[in-house]
Amino acid sequence: MADSPLFQALHMEMAHALCEEQEKGLSVLEGVGFRVGQGLSERLTKEMPSFKDELDVLKFLCKDLWVTVFKKQVDNLRTNHQGTYMLQDNQFLLLTQLSNGKQYVEEAPKFLAFTCGLVRGALSNLGFDSTVTAEVPVMPSCKFQVVIQKS
Amino acid sequence: MAVCIAVIAKENYPLYIRSIPTENELKFHYTVHTSLDVVDEKISAMGKALVDQRELYLGLLYPTEDYKVYGYMTNSKVKFVMVVDSSNTALRDNEIRSMFRKLHNSYTDVMCNPFYNPGDCIHSRAFDNMVTSMMMQVC
Repeated sequence: MADSPLFQALHMEMAHALCEEQEKGLSVLEGVGFRVGQGLSERLTKEMPSFKDELDVLKFLCKDLWVTVFKKQVDNLRTNHQGTYMLQDNQFLLLTQLSNGKQYVEEAPKFLAFTCGLVRGALSNLGFDSTVTAEVPVMPSCKFQVVIQKS
Repeated sequence: MAVCIAVIAKENYPLYIRSIPTENELKFHYTVHTSLDVVDEKISAMGKALVDQRELYLGLLYPTEDYKVYGYMTNSKVKFVMVVDSSNTALRDNEIRSMFRKLHNSYTDVMCNPFYNPGDCIHSRAFDNMVTSMMMQVC
């Protein structure tokens, strides 16, 4: 995969440029992440044996996908075994360039929208409809909450 | 060399289907359609078995008098079905596997094409050329 500074820089500029107009910017960014997630999950799962169940797919997300895009694994995965999962990354690559205090916590959603889309796109390609939201308790860590829709 | 190659979406509609030009091409379409049931059976059988290694290649789905049908399912639940002439006994399992691998590689490239919307029919020329190289040459 491309060097992480390149991806970080591109992502920051993309988030900044698309969010000049606040209302549509976040959903456009999420849509971009969605399409990337679909393609990336197709490429990464090409060599892997087929997934047993939902938890297997989430583990693939937390390990292989996260390592490919963010150069590290997700630090913590929790589930209530009823379709809700929480992924916690304590040093999220796309937030490390922002200062560690409270100053930019309100700006953080702009930098998380792409990743929410990425997760949603990968899950959708692997057969699971979901909603993904993110929150930042303390910079630079963040938590992604994934709720898989039961159809 | 295949006689008919089809790519089926996870919702079970064809994304791409191509067969050698014969008088009754529709019979290949029927063959592919009926093979989808066999694919589902194989997948649910695989789900119940406690095998650690779950393969994407499903193997021979069913033989008819003139043809053999092979299947492959990706992790994104997209199925590839290949109909091969029975008289061509020289075709071994490895060759079928490598044909499916090439199909999967080309399909991944199509997926990553920014001009392609997932779920649409596949119109890529590169994909067409790859499939042509795998089909029987009929003079």
